Amino acid sequence: MRLVLEKRLEQSRTMVVLTPILSVIGVMILGVIIFDAIGYDGFDAVWQLFITPVIDTYKWRDVATKAAPLILIGLGLSIGNRAKIWNIGAEGQYIVGAISAAGVAYVTQNMSGFWIIPLMLIIGMTGGAAYAAIPAGLKTRYGVSEVLSSLMLVYVSVQLLSYLITGPWKDPNGMNFPQTAQLTGSQLLPRELGETGLPPGILFALVGMIIFAIIVDRTVFGFSIRAIGEAPQAARFGGFNSNRIVWAALMISGGMAGLAGTLELMQLTRLNLGYPSGYGFTAIIVSLLGRSHPFGVFVAGIVLAVTYVGGQVAQTVVHVPNATAGLFQALILFAILASDLFVRYRIKIKSSAAEVRA
Amino acid sequence: MTLTFLIDALITVIGITTPILLAASGELVVEKSGVINLGVEGMMLVGAITGFAVGFEFSDPWIGVGAAAVAGAATSMIFAVLVLSLGTNQVATGLALTIFGVGLSSLIGTNYTGFAALPFDPPFPEYLAQDPIGRVIFGHSAFVYFALILVFAIGWFLSHTRAGLVLRAVGENDFSAHSIGYPVIAIRYAAIAFGGAVAGIAGANFSMVITPMWAEQMTAGRGWIALALVVFSGWRAGRLLAGAYFFGVLMTLELYAKASSYAIMPSQFWAAMPYIIAVAVLAFISARDGRSGKEPACLGKPFLPNG
Repeated sequence: MRLVLEKRLEQSRTMVVLTPILSVIGVMILGVIIFDAIGYDGFDAVWQLFITPVIDTYKWRDVATKAAPLILIGLGLSIGNRAKIWNIGAEGQYIVGAISAAGVAYVTQNMSGFWIIPLMLIIGMTGGAAYAAIPAGLKTRYGVSEVLSSLMLVYVSVQLLSYLITGPWKDPNGMNFPQTAQLTGSQLLPRELGETGLPPGILFALVGMIIFAIIVDRTVFGFSIRAIGEAPQAARFGGFNSNRIVWAALMISGGMAGLAGTLELMQLTRLNLGYPSGYGFTAIIVSLLGRSHPFGVFVAGIVLAVTYVGGQVAQTVVHVPNATAGLFQALILFAILASDLFVRYRIKIKSSAAEVRA
Repeated sequence: MTLTFLIDALITVIGITTPILLAASGELVVEKSGVINLGVEGMMLVGAITGFAVGFEFSDPWIGVGAAAVAGAATSMIFAVLVLSLGTNQVATGLALTIFGVGLSSLIGTNYTGFAALPFDPPFPEYLAQDPIGRVIFGHSAFVYFALILVFAIGWFLSHTRAGLVLRAVGENDFSAHSIGYPVIAIRYAAIAFGGAVAGIAGANFSMVITPMWAEQMTAGRGWIALALVVFSGWRAGRLLAGAYFFGVLMTLELYAKASSYAIMPSQFWAAMPYIIAVAVLAFISARDGRSGKEPACLGKPFLPNG
């Protein structure tokens, strides 16, 4: 008797939904084993990391605050995932988006008006998209791999941020700290959504999810993206222009990263050296764990946000190191990639007798 | 003064080039076998902390370097199992490996921050490295000589040996190689393990020589520069060497700009320069070579012998 892999004719819908859930559960079990092995209370550590932020209502605000940028960037990346276009530089577009919005804030610091916040959001999105236009242009014009070019630009954006906050945009009243001036009242969204205590970013994430769901499921553009992802050859023969898809995927993901960066700027009220947070990289995990579907991305964003918040809880309660959350995020990504096997293949048990007959 | 300055600068360039040259040499072999592993940065970090920690615990840096190689290879095996045996996407899996390496190295490293690495004994007798010329030839760490030997050895292996030919065949046409009886998957496993071991040593070069201490994410994107270098080189060892030194010069400019008060441009400009130039060179090379490219034909494509 042995196990045989048999290619499915169609991807298994059940497995598409089931495998991300099983991946997270599998990583939790693995986590208990790993933590026990390196001398912590494994069950307690994993409980604090994955469960406490969910059942402790006081942690929900933190989870929502971290989930919002992850979901927004993840939604944008999900378009590229479907078409196998890898924008791994979303972190850079997130930073440039925030820098662009901070530029609006710098110019309008002595002004007031309802138009300032929408302008910051639009310029932030434009900045992120413009930064993603570099890898898009290089890919469509010269055939440069978007993987390397988008990633290189992350390092450039970090240096640009560092230059601006230590140089021209440094807060004159900031006691020489490398940071920009605090945003004014006309440049900030309300800190909380009414009575809920939740940050405004999560509302953007929710609306974003609905818009993306409509785009993906109900428009010709969404259909062509899906066609490219599921049957690239057929789509090419069908006349879908691959350059246009490259541009669309990078502009959308860059714009969403820029939007997330602007909202995060409003959350933190200023730029400083700690601003680059790695959300742009974690959002890649979010989009893949969410199977590049808007609803999935929303849930996956919350799951990854839970690991961030839970990582801090586990650090104070079980004294595991700060880096634990990142390690678990990587394990989740490994698990979801490996579990793709069950989406594409069926595992059959063949008896030896059957094999002889065959 | 000028001569001393030039000699010092040259020695800095050679030292700073070595880890990217090492990592890129390892990745060259991996890519020649038809696999792209974007986890170089992660494997370097795992190597960096392992080399530092093991060298520290055993009070012998050489044991640390050996451990870094083993740790780099072990980390690369996670990637190998996923992409070769489970057929996962190489871009996503390599990226996951980098995120994993960042997390794992930070986790191990929490107990090792704030210590200085043990110094290596110089590879040549000190009297050889007294005068300026002697310093340029004999005054480096053992990593420098190892990297130079390795890149020449890889160049020779790929173009002049039977095993190198088989490796290239696997990367150029996996189905043909498979049908004439070469074990495609096993060869790729070996190539990935080699790349991992060399990336681990490159990481140890960082934490044990260049900045002899452990700091989170201390490789600061050099693994990605190494990946870009492989593309620049057109998958050839000789050009890899030249490209690595070119980037070494750019990185040295950053160091000097930070140190001097009369810099023409802000230090951030020089820090960003290697990455800006990398993108520019990628564009130039891709424009010149067109879409046919010089890359191994099977690069990044999964091989599933049974469909």
